[in-house]
Amino acid sequence: MLVRFWGTRGSLPAPLGAAAVREKLREALLKASGRRFETDADADAFIDLELDFATGSTFGGNSPCVEIDAGSDEFVFCDLGSGLRAFGNYAMAKPKRRKDPVYHAFVSHMHWDHIMGFPFFVPAYVPGHRTIIHGCHPNIEAALRRQHAAPSFPVEYDQLGGTIVYDIMTPGMPVQVAGMTVHSIPQYHSGDSFGYRFEKDGKTVVYSTDSEHKLDNPEHTEAFVEFFRGADVVIFDTMYSLADALTIRQDWGHSSNIVAVELCHRAGVKTLCLFHHDPNSDDRAIATLHDETVRFEELSRESSPLRVLAAYDGMEIRL
Amino acid sequence: MADVTVLKAVGRLDQDASAAFQSRLVGLVDVPGGAKVALDFGLVDYVSSVGLRTLMVAAKKSKAGGGKIAVAALTPVVREIFEISRFNFVIPVFADLRASLLSMSADAAVAFDAGG
Ligand SMILES: [Zn+2]
Ligand SMILES: [Zn+2]
Repeated sequence: MLVRFWGTRGSLPAPLGAAAVREKLREALLKASGRRFETDADADAFIDLELDFATGSTFGGNSPCVEIDAGSDEFVFCDLGSGLRAFGNYAMAKPKRRKDPVYHAFVSHMHWDHIMGFPFFVPAYVPGHRTIIHGCHPNIEAALRRQHAAPSFPVEYDQLGGTIVYDIMTPGMPVQVAGMTVHSIPQYHSGDSFGYRFEKDGKTVVYSTDSEHKLDNPEHTEAFVEFFRGADVVIFDTMYSLADALTIRQDWGHSSNIVAVELCHRAGVKTLCLFHHDPNSDDRAIATLHDETVRFEELSRESSPLRVLAAYDGMEIRL
Repeated sequence: MADVTVLKAVGRLDQDASAAFQSRLVGLVDVPGGAKVALDFGLVDYVSSVGLRTLMVAAKKSKAGGGKIAVAALTPVVREIFEISRFNFVIPVFADLRASLLSMSADAAVAFDAGG
């Protein structure tokens, strides 16, 4: 299995501005001062080995869209955030695995950041392409129709040339999709959200974003420990610090790196992926969050180590 | 005289210990007119999210009742956990018990110096 991140930002896309690019360039040039690079490979090696991630790269700014590539001839991904535009273009450009391409979308919930990419998803416009939208909310179609409706968008939903169908899931009832078993869990979030667990050939990926853990109910905690149990990768909403999540941002529906590490440790997860980055965080702030989470993992570890990654647009994890 | 209650915690403040700790702490802070409570964490070697949450609950109750609450003498590991979780912004943290007492009451610091 392969997990490919097309959008990792929460709440609102957060593109990199000119000032941020200039700052990265300035830092890189100062670091490279006096050095000579003969080839692209030399330059790449310098970027990869001698610049930190926040200087030599970016976490990107697209809102949630995560592809789960299980080697099927059907595409599978989570959420329709602004990252979906690039995913759709990639899927269209890819040598066709079949004449009638099929795309399976699992929708966590219908907040804008999780659906705003759909009007820019090219396969939805192309006859012969079939998009199946899976999710536990009964009203996903209504939310997508509203987004396409005037005066918010120029192309009405009914004008889409592709086939769009819905598979409304019952939380807790697994479905079989593209050779995978997919489980769902209700999450605490305004209007509810759902997490998904993808299993195939002994490999497991969990997508759990826009999910608040209030820590006042051990049964809630146990349910998530079970849902994450033994996963190879857990993609987790770490938008806020624990202090913010429990105080000024209480009931805003998001979680923290501390709770992420604790749940993953208890569930024996192999890799935790920090996700749904705050649009107010720049690359430096997300890198710091990552460093601190790696440190907290060390401090709180009681048995096997948990690898901690910070998701970025373009990141791939091979299981 | 000394008007600050000192609560000394020992060991791990985690899921198992939190319920008892929380009712003890809330019992101290949730009194008419508010109380001043210093938490001596010198012998606390770990605090989990649920443990931190008990401090948040107590701090909120304390503030609402006009009381004060402070944490003192964090061990290096617990200090790091406070910083990573940003709980150092939720509840005042002091290097040692005397400093936490002084922040709430000069009398308490004097009593502390006198061995009270
Ligand atoms: Zn979101
Ligand atoms: Zn949301």
